[in-house]
Amino acid sequence: MITLEGITKVYRAGEVDVPALKGISLHIPEGEFVAIMGPSGSGKSTLMNLIGCLDQPSSGRYILDGYDVSALSDDQLAWIRNRKIGFVFQSFNLIPRASAIHNVEMPLIYAGDNRQRHERALAALGSVGLLDRAEHLPNELSGGQQQRVAVARALVTDPAILLADEPTGNLDTESSLEIMRLLRDLNQQGRTIVLITHESDIAAFARRVVRLRDGVIVSDERRPEINEMFSGNAGVTPA
Amino acid sequence: MSVLEGLRLALNGLLANRLRSSLTMLGILIGVSAVILLVGVGNGASVAVQQQIQSLGSNLLTVFPSNARSAGGVQQGFGTGSSLTLDDVKAIANKQTSPDVVTAIPSAGGRAQLTYGNQNWNSSLTGTTQDFPSVRNYSLSSGQFFTSGDVDASSKVAVIGQTVVTNLFAGQDPIGQVVKINRQSFRVIGVFAPKGSSGGFNNQDDIVVVPITSAWNYLLGGRGRNVQQIYVEATSADATSAANAEVTQVLLDRHHISDPTLADFQILSQQDVLNSASQTTGVLTLMLGAIAGISLVVGGIGIMNIMLVTVTERTREIGIRKAIGARRQDILVQFLIESMFLSGLGGALGIVVGFGLARVLPLAVSALPTPVISTPSVFLAFGISVGIGLFFGLYPANRAARLRPIEALRYE
Repeated sequence: MITLEGITKVYRAGEVDVPALKGISLHIPEGEFVAIMGPSGSGKSTLMNLIGCLDQPSSGRYILDGYDVSALSDDQLAWIRNRKIGFVFQSFNLIPRASAIHNVEMPLIYAGDNRQRHERALAALGSVGLLDRAEHLPNELSGGQQQRVAVARALVTDPAILLADEPTGNLDTESSLEIMRLLRDLNQQGRTIVLITHESDIAAFARRVVRLRDGVIVSDERRPEINEMFSGNAGVTPA
Repeated sequence: MSVLEGLRLALNGLLANRLRSSLTMLGILIGVSAVILLVGVGNGASVAVQQQIQSLGSNLLTVFPSNARSAGGVQQGFGTGSSLTLDDVKAIANKQTSPDVVTAIPSAGGRAQLTYGNQNWNSSLTGTTQDFPSVRNYSLSSGQFFTSGDVDASSKVAVIGQTVVTNLFAGQDPIGQVVKINRQSFRVIGVFAPKGSSGGFNNQDDIVVVPITSAWNYLLGGRGRNVQQIYVEATSADATSAANAEVTQVLLDRHHISDPTLADFQILSQQDVLNSASQTTGVLTLMLGAIAGISLVVGGIGIMNIMLVTVTERTREIGIRKAIGARRQDILVQFLIESMFLSGLGGALGIVVGFGLARVLPLAVSALPTPVISTPSVFLAFGISVGIGLFFGLYPANRAARLRPIEALRYE
């Protein structure tokens, strides 16, 4: 599904080259739930931008769902983002003037895919349990609800991977659990999820944890089972 | 992304900032209504001038003597020569040599002081012959015009215009009354029907007309039997150039001049006057339009300004849209539609306001010629306003489209 080979990324800060990633090789097969962890400055945001096709590597190869995306034009990258990637951001990033349903429809609009657009958006909203909030504006929704709308928007194009960048960073514990359970359920339905976080209890929802430090992978471990920390709530589907 | 979708997006964006959108639109509104109104005023002036000139008779030719040359060859003022005679007039009116001429009349005159009772009036005096009313498109409201007999006998009779009647007779019937023209007694035998034209041009109703022989004998002393102008009536407006050629030939023959460039007379057709007047008013219209156009450009700059602000404000939104798959052109189109919608709607409202002002303004300012709004100018103004939205929206929209998604997403 995702294959990174010797990915480097160098930023220029004035006269100095600052290497953010120093040769990352990583393979994420379909259906995996992987958390990328690391302290700030470790390069995890840079990696997330590269995986999300928001930026391009300085060198190395990146294969996403069979597409070599390391050397695509801006518009081709836009197409990949639209069809292959569903984003969930820390700050929700909903369009404030658009209703929940319209926010969810938006990727379909840019895909030029008008077949049952409204129905598909409604279905996506339904899958995150927010059908009754379809016509609400983002600022009329709670943080957790906004993030669920964002998840619905990420899912509506049926992307190859769901890329969640600190999805619980702006949420309280209750809403965080809600979102993480939602992601876990989606993964159990077969969705590939890449989660970027610096909180180990959030990373604990993932089945594989990749740790970054100073632009290199320092550990890559699989867990046999979901962490028991939230066992009291485990198995409860979000309403 | 479909155009409909783009329109919905644009409308959504504009409604989010109602006050700002309407103020921006106001700039274009003022520009477009100014263009429509001012071009309308220019056209109105043009129509008014043309009507005035046509009321003189569009089939009219005027023959002037050439500029007199003094012994040293110095040119003097226009029409100062004295080369035209009454016999010239008769020769021009000859059907054999000039078939396209209906008739010709001489004219000699100047300013004249009229008195009746204790009333005084200074008017324009014309000495002419019996065909004056038909050649100069005058009709009589009462009394009659003088006859060829009056011309032959130098009768002291006069026909006066409505303005003179109003100023001298104050409600009295002037027919049969005796007025003093430059201290000579003349009997009023007719009154012209008003021509109705007023404004910047000579008042055609402020005239007193007498037989040319009487004018020579009693009123224009010292200037000899000199014809200042000959008015020639052609058979139709289309025949004026043929008549022009015939009159030229007749006069050249009579004055024994073989080289037409040395002619001692000049012929001006009403068509020439009309053409030069339309040229002048055309320049006027163009100038007014250009001035109004400046305000349209200023409105366009306002749009550009506000679109730049909008793009900056919505940097994050642009980042989000790009992250979920908007291509450059999607963003470009979104902002272009927005700016064109602003300017287009402003333009449409400007047309309405322009029409309204064109109706109302002449009622308030009577000196203003009635604006004549041409349909092309309306479409042009609307087209230009949409074009301005396109032109001034292009830079901000392009700036939005070029934003890099990661930077745009990071923008606070």
